[in-house]
Amino acid sequence: MAFDFSQDTVKAWRRENGRVGVRNHVLILPVDDISNAACEAVANNVKGTMAIPHAYGRLQFGEDLDLHFRTIIGTGANPNVAAVVVIGIEPEWTKIIVDGIAATGKPVEGFWIEQNGDFETIRRASWKAKEYVQWATELQKEDCPVTDLWVSTKCGESDTTTGLSSCPTVGNMYDKLLPHGLYGVFGETSEITGAEHICEKRAANPEAAAKFMKTWQAYTDDVIEQFKTSDLSDSQPTKGNILGGLSTIEEKALGNLEKIGRTSTYIDVLEPAEAPAKGNGLYFMDTSSAAAECVTLMAAAGYVIHTFPTGQGNVVGNPIVPVIKISGNPRTLRTMSEHIDVDVTGVLRRDMTIDQAGDSLIEMIKRTANGRLTCAEALGHREFSMTKLYRSA
Amino acid sequence: MTANTHPQLLVHDKVDNVGVVVVEGLTAGTDMLCVCTEDNSDFRLTAKSDIPIGHKVALKDMAEGDTVIKYGEDIGRMVGGAEVGGHVHTHNMKTKRW
Repeated sequence: MAFDFSQDTVKAWRRENGRVGVRNHVLILPVDDISNAACEAVANNVKGTMAIPHAYGRLQFGEDLDLHFRTIIGTGANPNVAAVVVIGIEPEWTKIIVDGIAATGKPVEGFWIEQNGDFETIRRASWKAKEYVQWATELQKEDCPVTDLWVSTKCGESDTTTGLSSCPTVGNMYDKLLPHGLYGVFGETSEITGAEHICEKRAANPEAAAKFMKTWQAYTDDVIEQFKTSDLSDSQPTKGNILGGLSTIEEKALGNLEKIGRTSTYIDVLEPAEAPAKGNGLYFMDTSSAAAECVTLMAAAGYVIHTFPTGQGNVVGNPIVPVIKISGNPRTLRTMSEHIDVDVTGVLRRDMTIDQAGDSLIEMIKRTANGRLTCAEALGHREFSMTKLYRSA
Repeated sequence: MTANTHPQLLVHDKVDNVGVVVVEGLTAGTDMLCVCTEDNSDFRLTAKSDIPIGHKVALKDMAEGDTVIKYGEDIGRMVGGAEVGGHVHTHNMKTKRW
């Protein structure tokens, strides 16, 4: 008998806006690169807080600046975050970030360095960070349906085993949970190349299909065609993919698409870091195929757990979202098992079905939501990589 | 399928002309148990060379220009030959895209 996942619960935090978070971070969030040092000093002063230093935020403009703001605001607004201290060089852009996060109803306060200096900014921000962390650590978890979670996916260091085992494992999880209310998202625009005609057919409606093809074509024309030299064969498939037996981008794309299962269809196409707005279900997001960039964008869109199939062994993590690694490659399990949360090597031996593998992933999603640190979290992987569209002014 | 025997080669779809080695240390001359994941049917094939885990094996003789089929789909073309049981990878196949 099929299990009724809609009755399945986890202990998690219900935030002010109703969303469910599985971590309880207090962030010290820089608006720009030159505020990183102050943020790291505050995080050092107040235990239990986390600074997220990054490389950008000055002299950006247009769509690139919009994406920067969307990514920083979305990171602070993510339900895995309890409260946020924002620090920028000046007050105006700092206020944009603070107001964006405050719309969720969570505690947030901004500080700026001009006319204050690092010392005074760090002093004031540290008092606020201490107040937030003591408040956040008293927040109680409550029973929340598993299907209230937002679960993203992206694979990395793929090989031929990912298309046979770990990617269909994620697909099976989506096929089981999406009908009960889960939000899902997949992306990797360049890696759909070779299977774009199949991805187009997996749209839930003609509008989503047309939007997907437009997004894919724009990426191909504006990014790939403009900057490629002879061809993409030096980076797509990657050298790691090729070592793992993948020979062409088509072969890689077909394995990649196994992540959306047999029956799931996507209802809309999202801009990078854009929050889904058409209700529960599966979405496609326009992202790079680089692991840290893609996970960062999906976290900024509000997803709280990431499922990451890997063949050759990608080690990526994220500061605020637990990244669950799934692998079916026996060599990877033999040589780097400290990185793998869900072992599906049994699928290749034919002593584990994809249905059983999907159940084991759902079990790991529940354990992770209940508090188990993922391998990436235990090993300190906190890769936060902002996507930049073009050069700063 | 023989009980307690693990396959050395998996094939996605009945129409595929390549399969994937799923064990480490496969050596030339191995009589491989091959399983098609679509319907769990099995067959046997002899590996013509040492082929690393994850790499592809030709399920029939393939010549330059032939389309390589995996997942029941076109994944590229042969730019060299491969005999049945031989290694198929970047040395003898290429995308049609670039």
